Amino acid sequence: MRALRFERSLPRFAAAKVAGMLAPGRGATVGPLRLVDIDLPDLPTTDWVRLRPRLAGICGSDLATVDGASSRYFEPIVSFPFVPGHEVVGDLDDGTRAVVVPVLHCAVRGIDPVCDWCAAGHINRCERVAFGHLDAGLQTGYCADTGGGWSTSMVAHTLQLRTVPDGMSDEEAVMVEPTACAVHAAVAHRTEGVTVVLGAGTIGLLTIAALRRLVDPRGPIVATARYSEQRRLAAALGADMVVEPGEVERAVRRATGSLQAGAQLTGGADRVLDCVGSSESLAQALRIVRPGGVVDLVGMPAHVSLDLTSLWHREVAIVGRYAYSAEDFTAAFGLVAEARLGQLVSATYPLDRFEDAIRHAAEAGRRGAVKIAFDLRNEKVRN
Amino acid sequence: MAHRPGFVLEVDRSTPPTLFMRGEGFSLERLPVGSRIVYPSEALPLLNDPEGAIRHALLNPVGTDPLPALLFPGMKLTIAFDDISLPLPPMRAPDVRQRVIEAVLDMAADAGVDDVHLIAALALHRRMTEAELRHALGDRVYDAFAPRGLLYNHDAEDPENLLFIGETPQGEEVEINKRAAESDLLVYVNINLVAMDGGHKSTATGLASYRSLRHHHNVKTMRHSRSFMDQRHSELHSSNWRMGEVLRKAGVKIFQIETTLNNDTFPKPFDFLQKREWEWSAKDRATFVASSRSLARTPDRIKRSIFNSIEAPHNLTGVNAGEIEAVHELTTAKVFEQQLVHVDGQSDILTMGLPYICPYNVNSVMNPILVMCLGLGYFFNLYRNKPLVREGGVLIMSHPTPWAFHPVHHPSYIDFFEQVLADTTDPIEIEKKYEKSFAEDEWYRHLYRTSYAYHGVHPFYMWYWGAHALEHLGGVIIIGGDTKAVRRLGFKPASTLRDALEMAEDVVGRDPSITHLHAPPILVAEVS
Repeated sequence: MRALRFERSLPRFAAAKVAGMLAPGRGATVGPLRLVDIDLPDLPTTDWVRLRPRLAGICGSDLATVDGASSRYFEPIVSFPFVPGHEVVGDLDDGTRAVVVPVLHCAVRGIDPVCDWCAAGHINRCERVAFGHLDAGLQTGYCADTGGGWSTSMVAHTLQLRTVPDGMSDEEAVMVEPTACAVHAAVAHRTEGVTVVLGAGTIGLLTIAALRRLVDPRGPIVATARYSEQRRLAAALGADMVVEPGEVERAVRRATGSLQAGAQLTGGADRVLDCVGSSESLAQALRIVRPGGVVDLVGMPAHVSLDLTSLWHREVAIVGRYAYSAEDFTAAFGLVAEARLGQLVSATYPLDRFEDAIRHAAEAGRRGAVKIAFDLRNEKVRN
Repeated sequence: MAHRPGFVLEVDRSTPPTLFMRGEGFSLERLPVGSRIVYPSEALPLLNDPEGAIRHALLNPVGTDPLPALLFPGMKLTIAFDDISLPLPPMRAPDVRQRVIEAVLDMAADAGVDDVHLIAALALHRRMTEAELRHALGDRVYDAFAPRGLLYNHDAEDPENLLFIGETPQGEEVEINKRAAESDLLVYVNINLVAMDGGHKSTATGLASYRSLRHHHNVKTMRHSRSFMDQRHSELHSSNWRMGEVLRKAGVKIFQIETTLNNDTFPKPFDFLQKREWEWSAKDRATFVASSRSLARTPDRIKRSIFNSIEAPHNLTGVNAGEIEAVHELTTAKVFEQQLVHVDGQSDILTMGLPYICPYNVNSVMNPILVMCLGLGYFFNLYRNKPLVREGGVLIMSHPTPWAFHPVHHPSYIDFFEQVLADTTDPIEIEKKYEKSFAEDEWYRHLYRTSYAYHGVHPFYMWYWGAHALEHLGGVIIIGGDTKAVRRLGFKPASTLRDALEMAEDVVGRDPSITHLHAPPILVAEVS
């Protein structure tokens, strides 16, 4: 089978890091990601089935991995070599289409009894992602045993599969997994005042859609977007006000009637969902969140440098929002269909053109795109 | 030598290129043959003895007793004066306000008046700094009054120091500075740079609160002021005159002093900017070339600093004192003597070069909203009878229009530009949807009262100021502006005059008639 495989190679990892710093997405050219012909992955147990990916999305965390920008935190909970791709819609042997729920939690690892978090349905908080009968891997796409969506074949536990309804297109189906992340963040809690979404890449836009349709906060949703197409989509998906990143302090001050002490708002937004995850975005979030407010960290961060004085002084909480529960995933199917989120798939590429695909994904906003995906439907051999 | 009046030049093949101001810079442009250029008149002769003329006006006022007869021991005397927005550019010391106020204070001292307050009548403008007050009033006045808290800026958001006077028959609320309203005599010292200034507008606007100002600073009033320079056809004036009547009936006693200046605008070496191009000397041409080249290489911040340091050699041409309406009639006649130019008919396209300064960016930054206000609010309205450009015509103006704001002076402007204009440029919708929230924003109020910020509602007024032009014009093009900022204003950017004229032809048709307003110095076109 053909696959894009990420190998453990320190020199290539270092080269990717340098290239990625020069231009986002360039890590694909010199880094540990290679297009290879490899054997099909084995089925770990009889509960596992083979899946032939149709579309597989490129996510921000994938880009960070390709560019060598991921945190070393992940090292113990991934296994090499792995085939990336956790946003996947594919064909099962019986001809049905399924979306993968990529979290490799206790049940799919054959761990019994499952951990407390899995027992409570919070598979995203599973304590056993490095244990059980599978190699370490927090998700499909980061585990040596499962393969991933950037290939012509992979394996998945039956508990990881959700059947795609007949009327749903592949483009919509591939958006279900990232949408579930957004749903998880959006529904985490409800507020009365202003909600801010920082960033209007894929996860930012999906979070806006989830907030508007599943939470519908009483106060306005203010979103930041750097590019014009992002601004258009943010407004179309439900943001009441869309501003450029450098304008958000003023926009939130106005919307909340806050005063200002230096760069810090004295009041601010009830909730800030940071869909960027950088030092700058987190610092901005702390400047605009009200005392006692919550910053939801939705975008995957890495190393950040942050002055936490205002967090301490204003009793602000920063809360990580990773992945989803089973319920979130179900809600995501409905949201994708209702908000027509398949429209966010801007371009697809064959595996052969993976460097172009990754570069396009890394420059998506600037090039007027949102989600870039691999299209495996026309690969010569689909095992 | 007698001054030469303004006139209209028809461009032919021998006409030299025409000067266009471009913010902190300028260029020479070739207008198509057949275009018209409206030139201002030369500066009126100055009064040889300004102090004597001022004293004469105070002792021989129109419609009231001489000032000394109105002064008595134990009285409350308040002297209000125009703020930093006048004159433009700020005048070379001594400022005319200093000359007038020193004369008034001398008479007050002679009469034994010891309860005197001086108030900068700034309405919703930013507060004047100590340096600006010293420049306007002189060190002697400043040092005698400011340290004792007797010289200060009007505060239109201080409920303790505002007094509701009453309403006009149209329901317009009149609320002004309490000290001024409760004084035995309010002396208002004006600088009447244009015909719009002065009259009842001085007190009814300069010393008013937002509650009061909103009755005439709104889209409806602005659209029915055709133009602001023509009191008889200006709803802005009608409203202020009605308010003035309310003040009069309530017993607020006002002694109006109005001064007029000639249009000597630029000092050396920039004096060539107010000369007619064919009369430029070799030295003028060399100065133009050298200054153009060096300005092109100079960072914006330094250019602003250079131009903000310009002090105009304005000279006093007249001073009148006494009853408001009688004084204002004399003043207006004098202003028009300096500024009026007869123009035969409208044109399809009006071009203008916008300078670096307008009433609201003295010692500050000409932000895009002020560019709009200067072009569409002020220059477009420099007419009597009808605009220089026909209805549906195109206005072309040159200005760099940077996406730049003074963070201290114009905080609400930044939000207006980023948030309001990103949504709509329609003045009616802006007024309906956004004005109240900006006007009542506690942060803007705080900055207006304690810092040096224009009031939160001020950018709205700037936009309304251009509402008549926006309704009248078929399009607006800015040459040489920041493309993004120009588009945010709802206008079209062009890189050259030729491009702009071609773009304008899409709106007004081929072979359009073109008129160029050659200002500054300021002129008012009497369009037949």
